[in-house]
Amino acid sequence: MLREASMRLVDAKLGDVVRVVGFTGRKVKAKLLLVGLYPGDRLQVLREAPLGGPLLVAVGGRQMALGRGVAEKIMVEAG
Amino acid sequence: MKFALIGRPNCGKSTLFNQVAGYKAETGNFHGTTVTFLESKVRVAGEVVELVDLPGTYTLEASNPAELEVARYLTRRDVDVIINVADASHLSQSLELTLELLAVRRPLVVALNMMDEAARLGLRINGPGLEKILGVPVLPLVASKGRGVRSLFVTASQKAHCEPDYLRRFGIDLSDGLMRHRAAEKLAGEFVAQGERRLNWRDRLDDLLLHPFWGYAALLVILLGFFTVVYGVGRLIEPPLLTILDKLAIALVGPIGLKSFLGTVLNGTVQGITAGIAIVLPYLLPFLLGLGLLEDIGYLPRVAFLMDALMHRIGLHGKAIVPFILGYGCNVPAVMSTRTLEEPRDRWMAAALATLVPCAARLSVVFGLVAFYLGPLPALFLYLFNLFVIALTGRILTRLLPEDSPGLILEMPPYRVPTLKTVFGKAWFRIREFVIEAWPVLIAGSAVLAALNYFNVAGIFNLLVRPITWILGLPYATGLPLIFGILRKELSLVMLGQALGTMDFGAVMTHVQLFTFTVFVVFYVPCLATLMVLRRELGTKGMLWITGLTVVVALVAALAARGVATVVF
Repeated sequence: MLREASMRLVDAKLGDVVRVVGFTGRKVKAKLLLVGLYPGDRLQVLREAPLGGPLLVAVGGRQMALGRGVAEKIMVEAG
Repeated sequence: MKFALIGRPNCGKSTLFNQVAGYKAETGNFHGTTVTFLESKVRVAGEVVELVDLPGTYTLEASNPAELEVARYLTRRDVDVIINVADASHLSQSLELTLELLAVRRPLVVALNMMDEAARLGLRINGPGLEKILGVPVLPLVASKGRGVRSLFVTASQKAHCEPDYLRRFGIDLSDGLMRHRAAEKLAGEFVAQGERRLNWRDRLDDLLLHPFWGYAALLVILLGFFTVVYGVGRLIEPPLLTILDKLAIALVGPIGLKSFLGTVLNGTVQGITAGIAIVLPYLLPFLLGLGLLEDIGYLPRVAFLMDALMHRIGLHGKAIVPFILGYGCNVPAVMSTRTLEEPRDRWMAAALATLVPCAARLSVVFGLVAFYLGPLPALFLYLFNLFVIALTGRILTRLLPEDSPGLILEMPPYRVPTLKTVFGKAWFRIREFVIEAWPVLIAGSAVLAALNYFNVAGIFNLLVRPITWILGLPYATGLPLIFGILRKELSLVMLGQALGTMDFGAVMTHVQLFTFTVFVVFYVPCLATLMVLRRELGTKGMLWITGLTVVVALVAALAARGVATVVF
């Protein structure tokens, strides 16, 4: 169902601008929709905490910290 | 008339509530501080209005209990006007909720809060245009400075008498989250113009504070500074405070005679009152002020970001770091701060582990026994051992209660300059909770123990605790000090002197015993004040489970310590 060019957000490089194409976990999906992160949103990876820490992304003018476990379940494509 | 405030977390809703209602709600630059909703009567243009502060919510499609309450409240209760507090600096996200609220068919007023922040970011918002397309009043607001509050409430009370005549369709289905998301994005694109952004220190600060290396160095410096200042204040206040209180107690109880029953009980009561003051002024107040400051600046989410990876190792995520930091000062604010965690399992675990962190009072026992008789190295070892035990307990608990939340999802708010008014107001709000909930129990418990002591039945505690003291190889008389330590942790040290008949502990206890005793004191049952706060946050069952857990952990840890100490000393 996901296009071939898609990858996990966790694999995006620092500074990459990507577009969300979907989520692979039900719980993660519910939670992200709730805080207003939807498929189609463009986000940029701003920072990475070391040692498997969270990513800091900019989305729609605000910044969000997403744990690795969450970022693994967000599918993105270059955008 | 009834107005309900609703908005996304961290939109400044509680700040607005506090501006009009006086300080009653907890606010924080850390979302989720309003867990239950607060009501207050306020006067607006000569009319008395009931104002309700609903918990911050992203949507009415409830997924957690707090959000469910919001949806219920809006549809069932007789709310005359809904005031939707929108964050002007993040308008697109805020409008999603606004669109959802249009479908509720109640009079609606939109307050564009944080206009100053939006201006700083160079955002120019076309308010009249937005008002026209939404069909509801849209008013500018800077809640933190009280600007625009009056006209907002006047408009709201005018609207209360009108039937809602809006509900534009936008050609979309307002009940669909994705549709709302897109529509809000479009609206924001249309009515918000991005002008020149004035970058300043606040935008550069994260380059340092979230840096993969310097970020941690800064964290260390900030925490060290925090503890030095806060402990410093506590140390400065405590000795003179205790001297005054002791003199007062003697003046009060002296005439009745300490040996009489009444005198003993009165003395116990005064001790309880003293204990409360001795917790609130030197520890709770400085710590809560410091916490409020860090919170309002917006540093706590940064700490959560930095510490997330480490916290996952013990089965929690980054947000749970706050209770641990606070625990080193006092377990009471530590347990209070678990409220910001969404999952009940996380709240429980964070509270359980935070009560194992040695607070300032337990520090005094470590200093008085281990550092004094055995030297600084064993004391340092004890702290490291404590960290190890907490981590191990976390891992074991995670086996039993698997991590359930998907991980950290946390909005990183911009740094804000805190105002003294909110920082003090917040500290006062939390202290009041403590005073009302925990202090009476502390006083009663102290009086009861004094009465038991008078009838010489307190000795029975030595017998009750004997199984524990026997396993740990401690003298029979150490049972009573352990029981007293539940009232206030320093009492373990004070009462140990009384129980053994000497303050030269080194003469009557071996090094192994001193070390084992201290390790047990560090872990077992949190003090009564903490227990009361645990009950408040987690219920009686949660409190009892954690109490049981601490006894088990304390026993195992003290046994291990006894073994190690026997080999080393």
